[in-house]
Amino acid sequence: MTFKPIKFYQTGSFAVGNRLLSENLRTVQSDIARSDSLTLGHRACQGCGEALGARYALDAAMRATGNKVLATNATGCLEVFTTPYPETSWQIPWLHSVFGNTAAVATGIAAALRAKGRQDIRVVAQAGDGGTEDIGFGCLSGMFERNDDVLFICYDNQAYMNTGVQRSGATPPAARTATTEAVGSEPGNVFGQGKNLPQIAMAHEIPYVATATVSELHDLEAKVEKAMTIRGARYLHILVPCPLGWGSEPSATIRIARLAKETGLFPVFEAEDGEITGVSKIRHKLPVESYLLEQRRYAHLFAPTENRDVLDKIQAIADRNIVRYGLWDQKTEEDGNMSIATEQ
Amino acid sequence: MVTAAELLSVAAFLDGLHAQAFPSFGSERMGAPVVAFCRISEKNIRTREPISSPDALIIQDVTLIHQLDIFNGVNPDGFVLVNTSRTFDELGLEEFIRRFDRTRALTVPATEIALEHLGKPVANSALLAGFAAMSNEISLSSVKEAISRRFSGMIAEKNAEIAQSAFDYVAHELESTQASTSLSTSNAKGDLDA
Amino acid sequence: MLEQIEGSRAVAKSVALCRPEVICAYPISPQTHIVEALGVLVKTGELAPCEFINVESEFAAMSVLIGASATGGRAYTATASQGLLFMIEAVYNAAGLGLPMVMTLANRAIGAPINIWNDHSDAMAVRDSGWIQLFAETNQDAADLHIQAFRLSEEISLPVMVCMDGFILTHAVEEVEMPSQEHVDTFLPPFYPRQVLDTEEPVSIGAMVGPEAFAEVRYLAHAKQLLAKERIPEISREFESVFGHSAGGLISAYRLEKAETVVVAMGSVLGTIKDAVDDLINHGINIGVLGITTFRPFPLEEVYARLSGAKRVVTIEKAFAVGMGGILATDVATALSRAQVDQYSVIAGLGGRPVTKASVISLLQDAVSSKLDPLTFMDLDHEVVKKEIARMNESGRSGPPAENMLREMQLKTFSKQKERAASEEPG
Repeated sequence: MTFKPIKFYQTGSFAVGNRLLSENLRTVQSDIARSDSLTLGHRACQGCGEALGARYALDAAMRATGNKVLATNATGCLEVFTTPYPETSWQIPWLHSVFGNTAAVATGIAAALRAKGRQDIRVVAQAGDGGTEDIGFGCLSGMFERNDDVLFICYDNQAYMNTGVQRSGATPPAARTATTEAVGSEPGNVFGQGKNLPQIAMAHEIPYVATATVSELHDLEAKVEKAMTIRGARYLHILVPCPLGWGSEPSATIRIARLAKETGLFPVFEAEDGEITGVSKIRHKLPVESYLLEQRRYAHLFAPTENRDVLDKIQAIADRNIVRYGLWDQKTEEDGNMSIATEQ
Repeated sequence: MVTAAELLSVAAFLDGLHAQAFPSFGSERMGAPVVAFCRISEKNIRTREPISSPDALIIQDVTLIHQLDIFNGVNPDGFVLVNTSRTFDELGLEEFIRRFDRTRALTVPATEIALEHLGKPVANSALLAGFAAMSNEISLSSVKEAISRRFSGMIAEKNAEIAQSAFDYVAHELESTQASTSLSTSNAKGDLDA
Repeated sequence: MLEQIEGSRAVAKSVALCRPEVICAYPISPQTHIVEALGVLVKTGELAPCEFINVESEFAAMSVLIGASATGGRAYTATASQGLLFMIEAVYNAAGLGLPMVMTLANRAIGAPINIWNDHSDAMAVRDSGWIQLFAETNQDAADLHIQAFRLSEEISLPVMVCMDGFILTHAVEEVEMPSQEHVDTFLPPFYPRQVLDTEEPVSIGAMVGPEAFAEVRYLAHAKQLLAKERIPEISREFESVFGHSAGGLISAYRLEKAETVVVAMGSVLGTIKDAVDDLINHGINIGVLGITTFRPFPLEEVYARLSGAKRVVTIEKAFAVGMGGILATDVATALSRAQVDQYSVIAGLGGRPVTKASVISLLQDAVSSKLDPLTFMDLDHEVVKKEIARMNESGRSGPPAENMLREMQLKTFSKQKERAASEEPG
């Protein structure tokens, strides 16, 4: 991981202000010449993390490839809100087939490009967590295993939001969804289930795996750009808060994404050829409550009475992540520095 | 076995006949009893049904001979060729063979011939050449040509030697049987069960 | 060049001559030999440029083809039976998107009970998917139809499925006049896609369509199939002019002139039926055969034209709609709704049950003498079925029916063998 410390950030939010950076360090999104791959007019909810994630990721991929990106998309929110017939928000070539086959469709695109000798054109496959971890898992694993030249991006909002917030394999424990209601003796999603897709991707020993959130734009863009310098199967897992499904304020999307990282619940790291090569450190370690309290899907943990047992179990998950990935140490906390990935 | 039926069909094709070869279909498992079929005709072959009353039966593995109802349905005017170095008597088949014309029911030690020339117990080429010698339905040259199209180099050469050797063996058997038996004049042509 | 060749190999060579750019392989009997042979041609470089992809499922195979076709690549795969069902969502999607591609369907029964042998249940399961479905009678047909399929598919921008009977054709070694590269190149122009993912002219393919336009988009699919019905005979004639022999078309007629009784069928069973019909004609029965080469789009007008003058029509098919009856027979009945023709539906050859000339002759004799039931299952062992129904009535837990019936049949075989052995005893 090629990190460079940046001292300028907004007090409280840790947001990095582009105007304080030299031009070569500014984000793609701050560039007036950005491609606007996913342009205005789409029908996403206010504060949609996925819309942001997709826009950031694809504009970065476009810049990295000289505007030569073909994108494919699983069924889901992103597909539906970007293409209300007969309109489209996609300014790049885009194909939607069905829910579970995005990775394979991308394989087909990459294969045809190879047959035509057009390897200058790159392929990005996109899916939500359902289209990645559940119904799309077989095709994704096949694409990984063959090491097809595809960047697969999972926009993880931790449930099936397009169909009305049902549990997926990415739904965290205790979270309320329409199929894991906050009722009974163990309200919300159960503990001890779910899968860790970035780790599974790493187990395929593909050249590049990374996680990111929509809160750290420099980091996200740098990871996309890095992915585009590599051939073969690449996987980027972006945490994208969903105001509708999480029961959060549209204005809180970025903050909640940042809290997921700062509490240790969502480890931000990258891995090459199956080995972790870098992690984004926690800057101010916070208890999980600070993240959970902002989301109505966890309301049953705090009212009518606080459910200390469950909160402790969630904290234990965060603590394990912190140890497992080395997410926190006293020094980074004291420095309060933001690490961003840059070209060196 | 499947190869034998295919080679037989190729030999017939090379002789200017129409031929259709097909296996009895199943999952791929080693060592299971296998039947393959071949139809040979002067006319275009349209039917697709399996062969239940063959005009010729080539038995590649005699170990199966008492476990299956092998001779059931074989045309009594047809041909039987068995891969063995033993006699029908020794195999306990004298009873079954009695219903066939003795010039049309012969043995050939195909495995032994193959072992001698190639060092491998592959009986296909010897059996097909033996069948050519016994039946005159296909020519030895076409059997050899079919082999050379299927195999290459040393293997093809050795298989051609095997074919010649088996052809000579069966031709000799036929002569000595003909000397002791009156010649049958029936002229069967049609379904061959390889 | 005339070759004595396995059906699968003939198809593989024929497909390779069409210069596909992306081929997907996933093993399922009985199509495996086709993709195996293509894999060799790609590995040796005889077929290049071409990407041969070993995918993890049939669903992925069809999905890869969707991506490849949308990128302007000529794409091909082969499947059968359960494999087709496993990819069915993508099968519908490819047709709905209007993406050209060619797939061989090595027709095989659908389980349960699991069965690897031939019938047409798989093809019938996707008859409404929007794919064009062509049926091969011989391996010559199979080889030729694939070349026509690429041409048709790319011209009207719809996927085409070439159906060939599993094992019966795929594994049969017989003579095939193999096309030359030169002729194929003359007949089949390079793929010029109607819609393509292109960085220079970005388009969105596969957008959601609401009630305001869905019917129109779906009707276009129907209109394209009707267009295909016009193009198929023309393409068949062009094929004949290039290759020197005829193949394809909507239907095939055999001894049909003024036939009182007509047998309708699809696929390789037509060969056995023609042999049976020749025998019947030799016995003074006025009978002919109509083969359906193009099942989708269904040639309603041609079937009407050929059958409306007949006295009776016997449709023999290797699939049926459970709880209803013949599927092809229903389509034939639709074609003949304005005609006064006695119609019989016969289900035969399910799960690889041999369709013998003897059974076909006896069945057709019954039809000619009006003794045939409107719906007949040829060579069905009614006794075994009745016993199983009785068993179900006797016990609330009668057990797995397939196993029960198989055991019943084995018992029957043993007792027959015993009887025969007893009758062969001297004295």
